[in-house]
Amino acid sequence: MMMMTTTTIQNREEFVVVREQDVIPFRNKVKDAAVKIGMGILNQTKLITAASELARNLLKYGGGGMVSIESVNNGRENGIRLVFSDKGPGIADIDLAMRDGYSSGKSLGLGLPGTKRLVNEFNIQSAIGQGTTVTIIKWKNG
Amino acid sequence: MERIPILKMGDFLLVTIQVDLYDQLAENLETDLVNSVKKYESKGVLIDISSVSIIDSFMGRILGNIGMMSKIMGAESVIVGMQPAVAITLVELGLTLTGVSTALNVEKGMDLLRSKIELSDTQSDDDDDYYDDTE
Repeated sequence: MMMMTTTTIQNREEFVVVREQDVIPFRNKVKDAAVKIGMGILNQTKLITAASELARNLLKYGGGGMVSIESVNNGRENGIRLVFSDKGPGIADIDLAMRDGYSSGKSLGLGLPGTKRLVNEFNIQSAIGQGTTVTIIKWKNG
Repeated sequence: MERIPILKMGDFLLVTIQVDLYDQLAENLETDLVNSVKKYESKGVLIDISSVSIIDSFMGRILGNIGMMSKIMGAESVIVGMQPAVAITLVELGLTLTGVSTALNVEKGMDLLRSKIELSDTQSDDDDDYYDDTE
């Protein structure tokens, strides 16, 4: 899972998510990017749902942040990479946060593991007091 | 303020969600629906989500809340028209929408509502569930 082949970025756009009203325009941007590379409706739906979950996490736990929306290619296939970064409190125990059914907030506790199932690559990095970065990739036919 | 329209049709309330719900809009819908159930003494609520392209855990919670609130107010509720891609995504995400009744389309949803209401009219007692006790 951690082994990432050389991925080239073909297009990149930054999006700021700081209020709940930003989530839907952000989702639309992700959809536009997915449509542009010809992603099918099912993978689009999975990607946008994952993006929505992570954008809400960004607001709820990270106090808002930036998302980079990128069209990428790994030599075989095109995909969409999303990088969510916040400067929030960070996650103390990532293994615990990735466990099904665990939640520190008021939501349903399927945020991170559920989101991971919807995408092809999922990477999370966090440092206490510095923030959290979540990177996901959905390949066009992934 | 933007609101989702709620239509009264006989004993039922009809809601068609045609835009992506953001938090405030969803919360308004919950309140408006509960108030309408009381105002019109509605027996059933039908929610059409055929135009909804994304259901995340937030939206899933709203749908669950609407079902529970209607139930507490004495009304049945059915959600109709879910897109196939949305259904697949929900299951992978792990959202099972427990306690929410669903039907394929508005017509089947109306049939389901009617049968649920007939059932609750004829059977007023709670112990209508039958369990086989053979181990």
